[in-house]
Amino acid sequence: MKKLIIAASCALAMAAGTVQAKDWKEIRIAFDVPYEPFEYKTADGELTGFEVELAEAMCDELKADCEFVVQAWDGMIPGLLSRKFDAIMSSMSITPERAERVLFSEPYYNTPGAWFAREDFDGDVTEKDAMKGMTVGVQRGTTMDTYVTEELSDTVEVKRYTTADDMVLDLEGERLDAVFVDYPVGEQTILSRDGFKQVGEPVKLGEGVGVAMRQRDKDLAEKVNKALEKLKNDGTYDEIMKKYFDYDIKM
Amino acid sequence: MPDFIVQWLNQNDIFTATTMLHYWDGMVTTVQLVFLSLLLGLIVAVPLAVLRTSRNPFISGPVWIYTYLFRGTPLLIQLYVIYYGVAQIEGIQETFWWEIFKEPFYPALLAFTLNTAAYTTEIIRGALAATPAGEIEAAKAYGMSWFMRLRRIVLPSAARRAVQAYSNEVIFMLHSSAIASVVTIVDLTGAARDIYSRFYAPFEAFIAVALIYMALTFTLVFVFRKLEQRLLRHLKPANG
Repeated sequence: MKKLIIAASCALAMAAGTVQAKDWKEIRIAFDVPYEPFEYKTADGELTGFEVELAEAMCDELKADCEFVVQAWDGMIPGLLSRKFDAIMSSMSITPERAERVLFSEPYYNTPGAWFAREDFDGDVTEKDAMKGMTVGVQRGTTMDTYVTEELSDTVEVKRYTTADDMVLDLEGERLDAVFVDYPVGEQTILSRDGFKQVGEPVKLGEGVGVAMRQRDKDLAEKVNKALEKLKNDGTYDEIMKKYFDYDIKM
Repeated sequence: MPDFIVQWLNQNDIFTATTMLHYWDGMVTTVQLVFLSLLLGLIVAVPLAVLRTSRNPFISGPVWIYTYLFRGTPLLIQLYVIYYGVAQIEGIQETFWWEIFKEPFYPALLAFTLNTAAYTTEIIRGALAATPAGEIEAAKAYGMSWFMRLRRIVLPSAARRAVQAYSNEVIFMLHSSAIASVVTIVDLTGAARDIYSRFYAPFEAFIAVALIYMALTFTLVFVFRKLEQRLLRHLKPANG
């Protein structure tokens, strides 16, 4: 019985090997919905969003017939490795830990970190010297935390919070002068309330978000990189970005 | 830190010299917070416990309400109410109180003190209520005033009965102080959370901090055992 299983799996592996040598005219791409405005379903059930439109443009560029798969986040990498789909375009940030298991394309977007403060704030967050003595809030363990800890911990007092909500309460209660958070998070939790404003310039951090593929599909990664490069240069990328964002996430 | 220790520590990835200093700072904060709150709590609790044993309900009633309020609600909620609640009071930012309540240390100290004082009051009240009537009668027979009776007979006698229960309260307070990290205080637990999120190493960061808490606890247990031996000498078997 055991031999039979081994024989069967060998045969399967060989079959898979032959399938692999395809020309990528059909690509299955996975998204985890909803993550507005990157990927979500409209009222009539149609998949849309920044990454979805970018994927459509990329498939046109590759002249490939693309199938979009909806997959929950926990099963993303396992689903990719077990060939349920060929690529992930679901806001997966490039990290060394993930790069050991999947092959990332060049990054195609990166949300910036941004400074937020109360309406009456008149300090300067772009100049390090001007920030002396300020108390700054960050979310513990984020790229924003790393940035402030490394760049500013000798100038400002850093307070770390588990949730953005606690941080906003302390900003409101004047325990913090400013907070530094992921722009979309700040837009949702801070700018949606009265009495706060964005200050200074957004700062790009981290390695950004890339298309994740299987390690062995180096040929697909090459094609994807070329297509993304073209979209970024010919204005298609900017056009899609402007539909969903009023700030720059291009990378 | 001497150089050779720094070099030895920097051989591993997580427990570097920087990390150890972070733990050390956290430990100093924890010890300060727990020691101060216990000290202030005890100072508040002794008179409250005496009031609590009064037969006049207008004297014992308010103390009863206070202890039931603080023993009946979680410390975490008390801390949230004091830390976030105070900041919501209209105009507090312009008063001198804000100098105190702006930093997370003092709201936490206030919450911990009120909480431990409530428990300690009940511990001492129990010990006071159990004072043998003969001791008080003897003191009265000697012509001692109420205050002298309290100072020389009732309180020392109650302290002997309360010390074992109180040592538990001290250890519980040390462990409860871990929640100070939710209001941005970098105590031992706060340091462990920072280190965990920097290295994504939950086991190493939290087991290390657990060992530090354990060492502190055993130190407290040792100190209280010595104290009990001293206070309860008279209860030892004569030739034991």
